Amino acid sequence: MVKVLEFLGHEVVFPRRQTCCGQPMYNNGFHGEARALARRMIDVFEGHETVVTPSASCAAMVRKHYAELFAGSDTERRRAEQLAARTFEFVELLTKVLEVDFRALGARWPGSATYHYSCHSRDIGLTDETIRLLSRIDGLEYRPLERLEQCCGFGGTFAINYPRISGEIVRDKVACIAKTGAGTVICSDAGCALNIAGACHRLGVDVAFKSAAELLAEGLGLLARVERGA
Amino acid sequence: MTEHPLHPRLPFDMKPRAALAAEDALLQQFIFTATHEKDRGRVRVCQRAFGERYDALRGLAGAIKQHTLDHLDSYLERFIDRAEAAGARVHFAADAEQANAIGARIAEAHGCRLCVKSKSMVTEETGLVPVLERLGVEVVETDLGEFIIQLDHDAPSHIVTPMIHKDRRSVARAFVRELGAEYTEDPERLTRIAREHMRTKYRRADLGISGANFLVAETGSIVLCTNEGNADFSVSGPPVHVVFAGIEKVVPALRHLAVFLKLLARSATAQEQTVYTTIITGPRRPADHDGPGEVHVVLVDNGRTEILRAPTRELLRCIRCGACLNACPVYRKVGGGHAYGAVYSGPIGAVITPLFKGIENYPDLPRASSLCGACFEACPVKIDLPRQLVWLRRESVEQKVTRWRERLMYRLWAATLERPWAFGLARFLQRWLLRWRARSRDSGSQGQRESPLDPRWMTALPGPGRGWTECRDLLAPPSGTFRKWWRSRGRGAESKGGGP
Repeated sequence: MVKVLEFLGHEVVFPRRQTCCGQPMYNNGFHGEARALARRMIDVFEGHETVVTPSASCAAMVRKHYAELFAGSDTERRRAEQLAARTFEFVELLTKVLEVDFRALGARWPGSATYHYSCHSRDIGLTDETIRLLSRIDGLEYRPLERLEQCCGFGGTFAINYPRISGEIVRDKVACIAKTGAGTVICSDAGCALNIAGACHRLGVDVAFKSAAELLAEGLGLLARVERGA
Repeated sequence: MTEHPLHPRLPFDMKPRAALAAEDALLQQFIFTATHEKDRGRVRVCQRAFGERYDALRGLAGAIKQHTLDHLDSYLERFIDRAEAAGARVHFAADAEQANAIGARIAEAHGCRLCVKSKSMVTEETGLVPVLERLGVEVVETDLGEFIIQLDHDAPSHIVTPMIHKDRRSVARAFVRELGAEYTEDPERLTRIAREHMRTKYRRADLGISGANFLVAETGSIVLCTNEGNADFSVSGPPVHVVFAGIEKVVPALRHLAVFLKLLARSATAQEQTVYTTIITGPRRPADHDGPGEVHVVLVDNGRTEILRAPTRELLRCIRCGACLNACPVYRKVGGGHAYGAVYSGPIGAVITPLFKGIENYPDLPRASSLCGACFEACPVKIDLPRQLVWLRRESVEQKVTRWRERLMYRLWAATLERPWAFGLARFLQRWLLRWRARSRDSGSQGQRESPLDPRWMTALPGPGRGWTECRDLLAPPSGTFRKWWRSRGRGAESKGGGP
């Protein structure tokens, strides 16, 4: 992501004091703890023009829930809304804000790939942006995934607390992936990737996992291409 | 099943039922096919009918219901006034017991022996049927699905399609056993058998019971939507019609009803309209050819005014279309509604059941969700179900329903995340531990790609990781990290304050 953004001429900084957006605490009902972490994030990213994350999940937390956590304080809520307004998921930033055309930049990535649409992408209003982006990469053959909109069953602690139900859900996802015959799955949310790649490995479906950022960096020749099997 | 599917011992544990369902391949297939087709169908028919305006229409429906709930007292009063002016009698029941007692009193007062009943979730909720049966009233469910469920001594597992978990063979067997019919698996012949049986009941019935899809305040009307016309038969033949309706069923006026009728059937079964949509205002009038001489409306609270409290109020917008069940990956995998151990299942059940019956009695329901949001997207009245699930989780934490070990773990985790040094240490330890584990236990066992220096996959983890590795492997963290790479680029890591 850093390499692609720098290639596009942007200055990238990584505030090292950042930790976590607090989504696990929020989702599991620990809202006092989530609020403290949100407050940290707002401080850490203060003064930066745009905040970008490869994960739609983190972006959704900042965008959808931060303001709600500070419902009691106008000043804090306003700061939360300001951060939310300048926080983007990576593909969202590329397609909706920067409007980058990767074909014009000569991106080339020979191979077949399918795409996992994470639930948090839906949460932040993304639909087929990644798929359209993939279609602008030379040599890439996009293989549509059946039941694209269905959750992979990760759900954070859901996968730990209800492993059987979660395991049954991801089994479906693996079957749909296997059906595409694609060599690579584009999956930008780390949680989903950990879950789906782990299930692919267990079930013997040999497919590589990459984030959209990784694929773009490889396509632009910024990163040596690796074929990581699941 | 020794335990009643919808009224289990409390506190209810979802896991054993979910595990049983996971073993049942046939059940998994029924539920998947039915829910997936309906969900896709909903999207297709709504896109065709509303296009870009689908979302706005859902917003409008939600806003109408929300407005009605914000002024529920005055709309209910208006409904009561108008319904009584039209000749109906309106009763109010604070809880299930009161509601059933009112139903029983009416049946007794008229000396009823045979009741034909159309589908109603609220009567399932209050448990009306057994109460009437104890009085010696024979109750016949006339919705085909409910009829089969009743015949087979089973319980509904879906708000709209109650026998989603059953197959033709079990229906055929029940018909042979209970009705003395000839064995057939042909759906048309099965329907014909049920129809013959029911017609004789309709002719003799002296009590008709129905639910209500909507109550219209402006006119005091009851709205019934069915596909089989069974509600119309049930309430027009017998001399007495008793309606059971939740207090949240009211909409202000007929013009608002139009919005909901556009959405209900499309969301529920991917139909443009239900086959029969009937608006009933009061009992039979002198010029009418048929209809009951008496109409009683029992308005049921049974926990609803509690839900009306601000943060959960939106849940009462629900029009019981079942779209959230059809869209839910969890509902599909736990074998349908019975895994929720309550009358209402799926995402909406997961939030209202704990509110009706206590979170401590249903600790799993708000937790057994990946919060994927498919339910929210499907909901015709835009109930933010993921947000409600999270709100209940917060209640679980605050009421200490969440176990202390878990509460301690989250607090420690959060405390770590608040301190960059602790966060760094925790990341280091986690990486080291997982890599050590991968190297010492699993390394190389899974194939050629792995090198002993860069362990990859773990196939069996202890403790909290055991569940994970029951169904999938875990990738060990790589040796390098983003932060290391960032430092290695040898430049200030931050715009402010500089880096190493």
